[in-house]
Amino acid sequence: MGSNMAEAHPVGFQWVIEAKARGARVIHIDPRFTRTSALADTYVPLRAGSDIAFLGGVINHVLSNDLDFREYVAAFTNASFLVREGFEDTEDLDGLFGGYDAETGTYERDCWQYEGADQEREEPEGASPDSPSGDDDSEMDKERTSPMGSGAAGAPLHGATNVATDPTLQHPRCVFQILKRHFARYTPEMVERICGTPREKFQAVCEAWASNSNRERTSALVYSVGWTQHSVGAQYIRAGAIVQLLLGNIGRPGGGVFALRGHASIQGSTDVPTLFNLLPGYLPMPTAGSHETLTDYLDDLRSPTQKGYWTGADAYLVSLLKEYFGDNATAENDYGYAWLPKIDGDHGTYRTVMDMVDGGKVFGYFLLGQNPAVGSAHGRLQRLGMANLDWVVVRDLAMIESATFWKDSPEIETGEISPQTCRTEVFFFPAASHVEKEGTFTQTQRMLQWREKAVEPTGDQRSELWFFYHLGRKLRERLAGSTDPRDEPVQKLDWSYRVDGSGEWPEPSAEDVLRRINGYRTRTGEPVDSYLELEADGSTACGCWIYSGVYADGVNQAARRKPHDAQGPYDRQWGWTWPANRRVLYNRCSADLDGKPWSERKKLVWWDADEGRWTGDDVPDFPATTPPRYEPPPDAVGPEALRGDDAFIMQADGKAWLFAPHGLLDGPMPTHYEPHESPVSNALYGQQGNPTRKVYGRTDNPSNPAPPELHREVFPFVLTAARLTEHHTAGGMSRQLPYLAELQPELTVEVSPELARIRGLTHLGTAHVVTSRAAVQARVMVTDRMSPLWIDGQVVHQIWMPYHWGGTGLVSGDVVNDLLGVVADSNVFIQESKVATCDVRPGPRPRGAALTAMLAQTRARAGVTVETGTRIATADDVPHVTHTEDDTAGGTDDGSTDDGSTGNSAGEQS
Amino acid sequence: MTGNRLSGPLDDPAGDAGHAEHPPRVGFFTDTSVCIGCKACEVACKEWNAVPEDGLDMLGMSYDNTGSLGANSWRHVAFIEQPRSTGRQDPGFLGLPTGPTGTGLMADAVGPRLRASERGGSELGTGPLDGPKAAAEQPVGQPAEDLGMPAFSRPGDATGPESRTDFRWLMASDVCKHCTHAGCLDVCPTGALFRTEFGTVVVQQNICNGCGYCVSGCPYGVIDRRPDDGRAQKCTLCYDRLHGGLEPACAKACPTDSIQFGELDELRERADRRLAQLHDLGVGEARLYGNDPNDGVGGDGAFFLLLDEPEVYGLPPDPVVPTRDAPSMWRRAGAAAAAFALAGVGAFVSSAIGGRR
Repeated sequence: MGSNMAEAHPVGFQWVIEAKARGARVIHIDPRFTRTSALADTYVPLRAGSDIAFLGGVINHVLSNDLDFREYVAAFTNASFLVREGFEDTEDLDGLFGGYDAETGTYERDCWQYEGADQEREEPEGASPDSPSGDDDSEMDKERTSPMGSGAAGAPLHGATNVATDPTLQHPRCVFQILKRHFARYTPEMVERICGTPREKFQAVCEAWASNSNRERTSALVYSVGWTQHSVGAQYIRAGAIVQLLLGNIGRPGGGVFALRGHASIQGSTDVPTLFNLLPGYLPMPTAGSHETLTDYLDDLRSPTQKGYWTGADAYLVSLLKEYFGDNATAENDYGYAWLPKIDGDHGTYRTVMDMVDGGKVFGYFLLGQNPAVGSAHGRLQRLGMANLDWVVVRDLAMIESATFWKDSPEIETGEISPQTCRTEVFFFPAASHVEKEGTFTQTQRMLQWREKAVEPTGDQRSELWFFYHLGRKLRERLAGSTDPRDEPVQKLDWSYRVDGSGEWPEPSAEDVLRRINGYRTRTGEPVDSYLELEADGSTACGCWIYSGVYADGVNQAARRKPHDAQGPYDRQWGWTWPANRRVLYNRCSADLDGKPWSERKKLVWWDADEGRWTGDDVPDFPATTPPRYEPPPDAVGPEALRGDDAFIMQADGKAWLFAPHGLLDGPMPTHYEPHESPVSNALYGQQGNPTRKVYGRTDNPSNPAPPELHREVFPFVLTAARLTEHHTAGGMSRQLPYLAELQPELTVEVSPELARIRGLTHLGTAHVVTSRAAVQARVMVTDRMSPLWIDGQVVHQIWMPYHWGGTGLVSGDVVNDLLGVVADSNVFIQESKVATCDVRPGPRPRGAALTAMLAQTRARAGVTVETGTRIATADDVPHVTHTEDDTAGGTDDGSTDDGSTGNSAGEQS
Repeated sequence: MTGNRLSGPLDDPAGDAGHAEHPPRVGFFTDTSVCIGCKACEVACKEWNAVPEDGLDMLGMSYDNTGSLGANSWRHVAFIEQPRSTGRQDPGFLGLPTGPTGTGLMADAVGPRLRASERGGSELGTGPLDGPKAAAEQPVGQPAEDLGMPAFSRPGDATGPESRTDFRWLMASDVCKHCTHAGCLDVCPTGALFRTEFGTVVVQQNICNGCGYCVSGCPYGVIDRRPDDGRAQKCTLCYDRLHGGLEPACAKACPTDSIQFGELDELRERADRRLAQLHDLGVGEARLYGNDPNDGVGGDGAFFLLLDEPEVYGLPPDPVVPTRDAPSMWRRAGAAAAAFALAGVGAFVSSAIGGRR
């Protein structure tokens, strides 16, 4: 679901083909029939943006028919945990959970907590003396308490060992019963109404999924950015995880939730992140005000009364600081903690771009292998932002649209950007390609694979490593004599990377960087073998604790290439997988309560009673000598507090969460909300969309109306966009190459024969797609692969477009991302770019001033104002407040004061 | 062995061509049932063999913008959208508010472009099988009407007996067949085309004089002359890579092993096993194409597993090497006109199959 694996991940799809040849049944659930569907046993259509309703239906099917893997669920999940009295579900509040504050569009989340968990320390540190006051305060609070502000650990869970439970799963307030009630109305009939999937078809999926999940069999779930790029994206994945947990498909061979990433090594760039709110290894970026000292920071990250390995966060962070600042990091100065930047809200991509447009905050921009003029949602906003800077640095293989926007963007035609007056100075640096430099890729299985340099780069092409090493070196030279405290972090950095070659511009050693990411003992320089060896006393340095072990024994483990037929079934000597070279996370779940495999067929790791330790085909993901029936003493904390069945060792309570007592901003359980732009009303609740989604009510970011707003008929169709095999994302690596460009030379819009008849579209004719933001011209592809759906008694049409085109390259075309506005998931700041509404009309689009006029006319016809789409609460009995940005709102009618300003850390859509 | 050296089964084409000591015959088995249409084969072939770009024009036959094999496309992935299903695959459209299929509209729009293209092109079976014109008669190009809420119609409006429910999307990578009896080779007057020690058929560019006899000598329409220098071009089965002990570039790049390279005897066994497996899985339409040494070209060095009749993929159902009947025809023709005979077998063959394309 949410994945077109055959087209977007063709190399990985070979394993699906191999599984199919060995008898696996492949089901593809997607808004359109793709090359993946063509190879699947069964294709199941659904409406874009309705996946939680579908998955909720599966959960309901499993729970209503007692098809869950009960022993697994009872042992390894939090099904038996009791939730506090007073918890209110979406069934009670018309689509909202208890604790909703309509003014801020946020939840007060204490009422979702377990019974018995200490609630005092659950509170964020709250308004510190430095924090802004007034309305901004709630917004700041929203940012500060976001789960991304706590890294992967979520907020600490105090008293995790004291939670009340009912092992029989019968207590009305136990997670199992709450989950059952929450999804009880997600019936096959409701799934059919919301998703458009015929109920017989839906039930066949449920039956196939459930019957293939037991002691002897497991089912795998694959998703990609078709799930993540939604205003409820994090909850899509939660819903998939709940199904897999209920069916016992996590931590077992052949099971799992496969998150296919959008680019090569995107996994790596979240592990060692390019995100504003994370440090390496999913440690949170400190927050100004509440994390002034190292102690403040660590106290907010973990609790002395919780379980699991996040209690070692002090060692992870201190070792990171030692790696950053070397000898300058000492116990006396908190290892240089004060030199870390602190965040004070949203500094994500989309917030930053809006700040560029508004001026005064952002002056320069680095783009590395990123082409936001084409690849990011709301391309026009991206280009207008870049045209309002002092400088932009572009490092890429070719002259991409983000380097040439000042002279050839669509805004030249409309007069919004002028080459004569555009003030941005663009510096273009040719980049070495992946075959011209060495390093690692981290792929979707968390595996690091070393990549040799195949050829020398030519001309001025250089690696990113070279660029940043020398940029840092030059900056440090410039700032060497500075007494300005803000330059201290740069001055104090340990920049002593090994270099290969001599002269002023040698190439830094990528292997040395890997060694330092792995970690080493600061006194001897000897590499550590795993994160368990990291210390909080400055005796170890480590650039990314979860990668610790990739250079174990002083050997580049990522470069291992032992062939499949020369080793065991899990290929443990091919590359290196974090953490600790484990191939299957949480693999303690592959064994039963006594530590025996659930079945011989599905064995992976097991308890060896004679040896007194866990063993198996994979590296056991559990304390090696903790017996399967172990009961820790009541005062134990951290790894020592893990029971023998606490298989989820990174969780503060050792359990997989069917119900998330904290950590998510938009609810403890997934709930079906309609996309921000939808042609239909939410059939389940009065609450139409995600009540916490981040909207940006600005005149330059209009939304198409959605129920209960009027005039949705102006944009009656569902628009979804994705990629083709033949091109690469924003096209910088494919539209420049004749052998790829000729395979898909033109932008197309795929429509069903039914929609073609309604709109008078002909195959290969010209059409244009219109939203309140833009009109985009494309060649029409009339295909049976697209089909209309019955949605709640209405026929709804969907259209699809690939988004690879822009103005430069051998083949060019309009930018599909111009059609999208910016609205984001509140948890992770990802934009909703997989679903919007639109119209499609035959013929070419107007150009220049005529285009601007047509769009204005269309917005007027649809009644679009700055407030459209910003009333995020629509449930009964709550105020329906608009969330607009004051400076661009042309006056609000209800005195709304909320800033609503939040952003996005995601880059290109995929 | 029946027939003659120009037709029928031939165990050792390389030996027959005079290679005394030679490696086993190699070829391709292309299993189209696992092709995902990624076109990596097209790209890898062009990269390795420095085959030029073939035009940045939009053909629009489903995802096929290549059109056919040619001098500048030695691999071609066909995409066939059809309103019928294959095996037990559930296409998923039952119960949706669909109207008639649009595959005829696609074929009608693309057909003239294909026929008008320089090289022509294979007629893929994209049209509906039960009357390719029926769908085309559906009204298209109606002026857009503003119906207020055009996305919505009343329940039942779009359903009916004409509602499309079956669908399949076939993909197949085509290539030179490296025939046991290669018409191109047989008619080549310069010896530019030759049988390699691997049993494959290769053009030597420095000998080819661009006469073009081979083009009409190929029963599959594979070999083609490059417009710039007029020389004949086609897949070499990466002759240079074979010398280096490497598999051909397309097979190397194929992510799902749809294109398999190997010794022909072993490939034929593998293909038989795969066919039996598919038949067991209920894919009764699956068949092998080009694997039979008794066919009109003595069997192909590059053969296929197809999921329907070869015509669906634009492949000739019963290819015959033009030279099969040459000996007997030669005798009759020779008696009638000695001068005609002097013109060479190539010209003869050319006229004999003139109506083929």
